[in-house]
Amino acid sequence: MSDILLDVQHLSHVFKLSKHLRLNAVDDVSFQMKKGEIFGLVGESGSGKSTVARCIMNIYQPTAGKILYNDINVCDRREFQKHHKMLEERRQIIFQDSTSSLNQRMKVADIIAEPMHIHRIKPPRGRLRAEAEFQLSYVGLDASYLDKYPAELSGGQRQRVAIARALSMEPELLVADEPIASLDVSIQAQIINLFKHCNKEHGFSILFIAHDLSMVEYLCDRVGVMYHGKLVEVAPTAELFSNPQHPYTQALLSAIPIPDPIVERNRKRMDFDEMTFEREGALTEVAPDHFVLRKEDRQ
Amino acid sequence: MDELLKIEHLSVGITSTAGKVQAVRDVSFKLHPGEVLAIVGESGCGKSILCKSIMKLLPKSAKIEGGKIYANGVDITDYSDKDMQKLRGKLFSFVFQDPMTALNPTIPIGKQIAEAILIHEPKLPKEEVYNRVIALMELVGIRQPHERYKLYPYNFSGGMRQRSVMAIALAANPKILLADEPTTALDVTIQAQILDLLKEIQVKLGTATILVSHDLGVVARAADRVAIMYAGKIVEIGTAEEIYYDPRHPYTWGLMQSLPALNKGKAELKTIPGMPPTLIDPPVGDAFACRNEYALEIDYHEQPPMFQISDTHFAATWLLDPRAPKITPPIGGKANV
Ligand SMILES: Nc1ncnc2c1ncn2[C@@H]1O[C@H](COP(=O)(O)OP(=O)(O)OP(=O)(O)O)[C@@H](O)[C@H]1O
Ligand SMILES: Nc1ncnc2c1ncn2[C@@H]1O[C@H](COP(=O)(O)OP(=O)(O)OP(=O)(O)O)[C@@H](O)[C@H]1O
Ligand SMILES: [Mg+2]
Ligand SMILES: [Mg+2]
Repeated sequence: MSDILLDVQHLSHVFKLSKHLRLNAVDDVSFQMKKGEIFGLVGESGSGKSTVARCIMNIYQPTAGKILYNDINVCDRREFQKHHKMLEERRQIIFQDSTSSLNQRMKVADIIAEPMHIHRIKPPRGRLRAEAEFQLSYVGLDASYLDKYPAELSGGQRQRVAIARALSMEPELLVADEPIASLDVSIQAQIINLFKHCNKEHGFSILFIAHDLSMVEYLCDRVGVMYHGKLVEVAPTAELFSNPQHPYTQALLSAIPIPDPIVERNRKRMDFDEMTFEREGALTEVAPDHFVLRKEDRQ
Repeated sequence: MDELLKIEHLSVGITSTAGKVQAVRDVSFKLHPGEVLAIVGESGCGKSILCKSIMKLLPKSAKIEGGKIYANGVDITDYSDKDMQKLRGKLFSFVFQDPMTALNPTIPIGKQIAEAILIHEPKLPKEEVYNRVIALMELVGIRQPHERYKLYPYNFSGGMRQRSVMAIALAANPKILLADEPTTALDVTIQAQILDLLKEIQVKLGTATILVSHDLGVVARAADRVAIMYAGKIVEIGTAEEIYYDPRHPYTWGLMQSLPALNKGKAELKTIPGMPPTLIDPPVGDAFACRNEYALEIDYHEQPPMFQISDTHFAATWLLDPRAPKITPPIGGKANV
């Protein structure tokens, strides 16, 4: 077996906005994730990160391209049907907007236990409720929250319920779309430590989508940067942060807010002019494992 | 009177299946014209409920149980929804976290801004409304406003949508803007633009802003003053410099120490041990005591008062009592920078 868990090849997704209007939300994106890797996906708001995540999870059927998961082409209906149960169990997603992804009529305990229930997984701690309590404690909430409804929780508490639900399945691939943006920094740290633990001890691979670049720098092995539906740069984390090549990546990194008022107020950031963006071209290797979107003739 | 908003000993309770949640406990602060006050704190500590209680947008199960809210010197604590309608938009305005839910996807952006203007000035002639919309779009940095007037929210990027939400919130020149995590969903370049916009508006219109945010980088960029909340209470408040360079409350220390910037290369990020107390039965003493490695005996049976450190800096921790043992803070301690 190869060590590639996820192979995204020339993925495109087009939304039809109206009869005449089409939006290339994701445009010819390719990347791979190795088994046990934490891959960060960052970039402009609206650049297509969540759409990539949804295609990977079979929520959207891509317009073009294919996605191989453990060598299974999940975009192929027949192959998907054949491995349906395994795929549903092994891949879990934490949605960017947990408020609308949680069933408002279910109590927290049932929300967390639902996937285990559906897949008839025997809870390691005996009863489903005990398992739900255990998972909840990992995200910093005690048993008193088990009988609450989502509407009775704060934004960050709801988000943590969604995280507990996804982790309870011990997925092979966890797609985490902005999982921590609504949490305070101490709980963010706790969740990130938890992700690291799951990655190290249980071998979870994680696709981590986030705007918080300092957290991405801390957590991820490799990072991809998206802009206007395109993947413009991919590199190992340290390389990307120390040696960004694409002008958009440079602008993005220059805008990372620094938690120091005097420094931050007086800081200049670089701007990226939309008009100068070159959509054409291909990912070109500029350093080992470091790829940048470039026009081919420019080498 | 030089404050726009004065909150005195505000307490809010919410009835739930499990018992009464004391979401806001004895909160007091003032907001001055043209300043940005950031509220930072534990998830679930009551920030959103505090904002909603000021706007009178609390859920039905919640009730103001004590304290006063003064807006422009007028006691609005007991205002009904109808009384508040007159103040919303003009005196107060609100920006929500998710720009998509704040906008109606089926109505062009320009028209939505126009509607916000018409709520407050229903008799304004059409042409003037149009001109005002264009001016607002320009104010929030939407270029080519005439061309974009007729576009729908989905034609806008996340940042443009958030700017549109700001334009709607600012339609009636509010004196006070409550922004609950306005930039959380945006990439850092747009985030910075929106924060700069907030500052610009503050200068141009004299708007005072309450900014709820978890992002200590964002707060550093935008805030004049910072309030740190824990378990329904404000535990520390001061100027941005005081809070970042000379924090005094152990919870504030814990927050600052969790930042990835301070944990580079470490196998684990530092966290605050334990969990926050449930607000159904908050502990008698300091709510942070059981998670506080510097806790004193007294923390377990008596709540600390607000100790004054400077004209602007206050913190509620017994460590500031003259009888307390002297400890070296793990972070900060750079007074008078
Ligand atoms: N269901 C949909 N119908 C039409 N357009 C959509 C839909 N979902 C997303 N889009 C559009 O597709 C583009 C990509 O959206 P996507 O949500 O993938 O971006 P993102 O990178 O996740 O952004 P953010 O960082 O703001 O979450 C955006 O322009 C968005 O407006
Ligand atoms: N409708 C409700 N019924 C019962 N309890 C509620 C309700 N809404 C909020 N709460 C509780 O009140 C407390 C304060 O909630 P609030 O939404 O103000 O938190 P917050 O500080 O905004 O948190 P976050 O940063 O996670 O958004 C929380 O502990 C929450 O569980
Ligand atoms: Mg997204
Ligand atoms: Mg909130």
